[in-house]
Amino acid sequence: MAIFGRQFDFLSLAKPFGIASIAAIVISIGSLLINSLELGLDFTAGSLVEVGYSQPVAVSEVTERMRAAGYADAQVVAFGSEQDVLIRLPVDDTVSQEEMANSLVSLGDDILAALDDGSGVELTLNRLEFVGPRVGEELAESGGMGLLVALGIVMIYVAIRFQSKFAIAAVVALFHDVIITLGIFSLFGLQFDLTVLAALLAIIGYSINDTIVVFDRIRENFRIMRKGTPYEMINVSLNQTLSRTIITAMTTQLVVCAMLFLGGESIKGFAIALTLGILIGTYSSVYIASSLLLYLKVSKEDLMAPVIKEGSQDSMP
Amino acid sequence: MLNKFPLWKNLLVLFVVLMAAIYSAPNLYPDDPAVQISHENDDISEFDLGTITDALRAENVSYFGDEIDGRTGLVRFSNLDDQLRGKAIIERTLGSGYFTALNLAPTTPGWLQAINAGKMSLGLDLQGGVHFLMEVDMDAALQRRMENNVSTIRQLLRSERIRSRSLSLDNSNLIVARFDDEEARSEARSLIRENFADLQSINREQGGSFSLEMSLSDADILQLQRDTIAANKTTILNRVDSLGVSEPVVQQQGANRIVVELPGVQDTAQAKRILQRIATLQFHLEAAPGAPSTSYTTYEYQGQLIDVSNDVILQGDRVSNVRSALDQSGLPQVVINLDAQGGEQFSRVTRENIGTLMDIVLSETKTRSTFTTGADGEQIENQETYEEKRLISHATIRAALGREFVITGLSTTEANELSLLIRSGALAAPMYFVEERTLGPSLGAENIRQGTQAVYLGFGLVLIFMVFYYRMFGLVANVALAVNVLILIAVMSIISATLTLPGIFGIVLIVGMAVDANVLIFTRIREELASGLSPQGAISAGFNNAFSTIVDANVTTLLVGIVLFSIGTGPVKGFAVTLMIGIATSMFTAIIVTRALINLLYGGRAVKELSIGKYE
Repeated sequence: MAIFGRQFDFLSLAKPFGIASIAAIVISIGSLLINSLELGLDFTAGSLVEVGYSQPVAVSEVTERMRAAGYADAQVVAFGSEQDVLIRLPVDDTVSQEEMANSLVSLGDDILAALDDGSGVELTLNRLEFVGPRVGEELAESGGMGLLVALGIVMIYVAIRFQSKFAIAAVVALFHDVIITLGIFSLFGLQFDLTVLAALLAIIGYSINDTIVVFDRIRENFRIMRKGTPYEMINVSLNQTLSRTIITAMTTQLVVCAMLFLGGESIKGFAIALTLGILIGTYSSVYIASSLLLYLKVSKEDLMAPVIKEGSQDSMP
Repeated sequence: MLNKFPLWKNLLVLFVVLMAAIYSAPNLYPDDPAVQISHENDDISEFDLGTITDALRAENVSYFGDEIDGRTGLVRFSNLDDQLRGKAIIERTLGSGYFTALNLAPTTPGWLQAINAGKMSLGLDLQGGVHFLMEVDMDAALQRRMENNVSTIRQLLRSERIRSRSLSLDNSNLIVARFDDEEARSEARSLIRENFADLQSINREQGGSFSLEMSLSDADILQLQRDTIAANKTTILNRVDSLGVSEPVVQQQGANRIVVELPGVQDTAQAKRILQRIATLQFHLEAAPGAPSTSYTTYEYQGQLIDVSNDVILQGDRVSNVRSALDQSGLPQVVINLDAQGGEQFSRVTRENIGTLMDIVLSETKTRSTFTTGADGEQIENQETYEEKRLISHATIRAALGREFVITGLSTTEANELSLLIRSGALAAPMYFVEERTLGPSLGAENIRQGTQAVYLGFGLVLIFMVFYYRMFGLVANVALAVNVLILIAVMSIISATLTLPGIFGIVLIVGMAVDANVLIFTRIREELASGLSPQGAISAGFNNAFSTIVDANVTTLLVGIVLFSIGTGPVKGFAVTLMIGIATSMFTAIIVTRALINLLYGGRAVKELSIGKYE
């Protein structure tokens, strides 16, 4: 069935969309190489202090006071409102681990003391985060590793449950989603921290879910339809699953947008990544994964191997 | 095509929903902020409790539910401010010898506690507090052990009159001794083999000198690391206790790190200072009877009062290794090794004091509050540090003791505990903060508020959409969705998972994705209807055909969730846990619960039309 009440020739647009996707990937990789990612504290190591003022405060004034107190490398930005500032301090490579730990003991109090201008404005330390250099490195390493392992596991599962051409198409589509999401984060200088990494993995989970639903239908149609070229069969499958694809993307997008608009500052990166990822993941399931199948010359014979279907009919009277 | 579930299946669904309702119920009962009171020797009496409640009433701090629970007393407060004020008043009223700790007292009804129904705990990002990651300096631990070995070897060689050209620690795990001739070296080698079971030695010849290289095996280093981190963890646990935090977490992470989480701690600088302190260990003799009272200190040990001489016979830094082991007859004992200088000192003292009792005292620097009245009648809190000394061993010296001696007459648990305590005082390696995350309580409350708002809005939008699009079937899916969230919360409560902000968003995301299974089934039913099947036939075919798709799609997402769990720390792990549990529960509700409801609504009777929205 089709949501538009007529069959839509998705694959006729495979070429222009394919070219658009390749262009997006090239731009993304280019931006990642040139601008790289605006890495958050989790990966860069350093300290981050969020200070709440009882009155609105100018970022420039805070920067000035920090400089005066000897924090020459401090970066100050407004955080959410005019009354909250976020101060980032990079790791000082010249000091030993012991000294770093010692200075951390009083860091919060030191900064509050440096910022207090004696005018009676109340300051509160809302948040203090410190990530040591080695921890940051390890987080980045295990994060990158995690992405690769996730892709690898998905590929193996799809190869077993479907066939290797499906596995290749699925994983290329996932790479596409991850790289373009990363590219957008890089292009717009959005901060990439541990929660965004978690969002990327959730995107992989969502996108593969979407792709599998389409693949499952393609497999079913290859088996039951006597006539028809692979082109036609994939097109029919895409049309049959289209309404589900759109509805699921919509319900998920509804909750993710609720997160984006109501979830607050600390979760913004996570919500942005998910919003983008769900859009890109939905698109890639239809255009990248399915057109790749056609490009890889998937045929009836590929699916003729005796794959046993789930014994669902018996277990569900 | 009757579409009826057998009775057992309906009962199963009912049973699961009922259990989920019961086990998620404790989350409806928030804990009371409370103060726990204990005394260093005695039980807390009704009289103590009366004194406390009188003082609280006099200061107009509202409290309730004061009770005695075993050896300790508990007073509940209605809010966190009263709890802090109450703690200060109680400390002031009772004076020394009493300890107070902030606590969260459960309010769940007894029958829920009786079936072990607990609640999810809130992560630090939701209730405020501090998270530390501390790294233990293993190199320093190894270095110290080897330095001790070098000084002992030097002394051994001297006493056996073996001449060495040089003896040095070349790196943290390599001792090199050079000799003038082969004979001296082989004598030295056998001597070392005899005295140091854990040192591996290799002969090397270079430039006319005969050298002996000694190092610890990888297995021994691993053991050293394991012992060191256990010692450091004990130290931290002791110190965290003194902070009086409710529900602290102290966990080992990896080979050389310790996670410390202190929910609700206000003064994090203070917490950091206390965590970084070093405990000390001293060996004393028992005071001779009739000794002047200024020359000894009295300690409580296993219910007895013991007078311990103030003279230190050995400092803890002379201890080179401690382990608990079994003797030949299988009885537990603690084996203590001293370095060369310590061994010599110790054998001199013990030779003269056979039959006397030897005591080991562990000192920890701790902090407490005192109160003074300010100029305007205000109570001013002053933090002062003091040393808390504990007697951890009290045993008779049976013989002149040397570099290695044992303490016997202990149970296995006692032996393990004693060796840990000696380690924590004598062998804990330096620790550094490698990660800190502190969050003010107001920000935690803000996170909860924003999180719940987002959940309500997202959940509400999805519910409205489903009814709008799928009519009666949408309503059924919504009931299933609600059951899904209920089961998810119940499972998380049963495994006492920690709810974090990303965890809340994991639930939101699950809500969004969980309807997917129902959407798959419903679109399939619509298709079957469009292709001309009867309503009953369409329901059956829709559920059956969608089944393998749902399984495949969810298994892959679950696999990704497992990866996320294994790489993630803290909040990200919380997200992964909700995601994985949510996938499992949503498959159950979307397939079984929805089907049960649809069967109840439509099954077993003639149906002309299904209320599932347009399908032409």
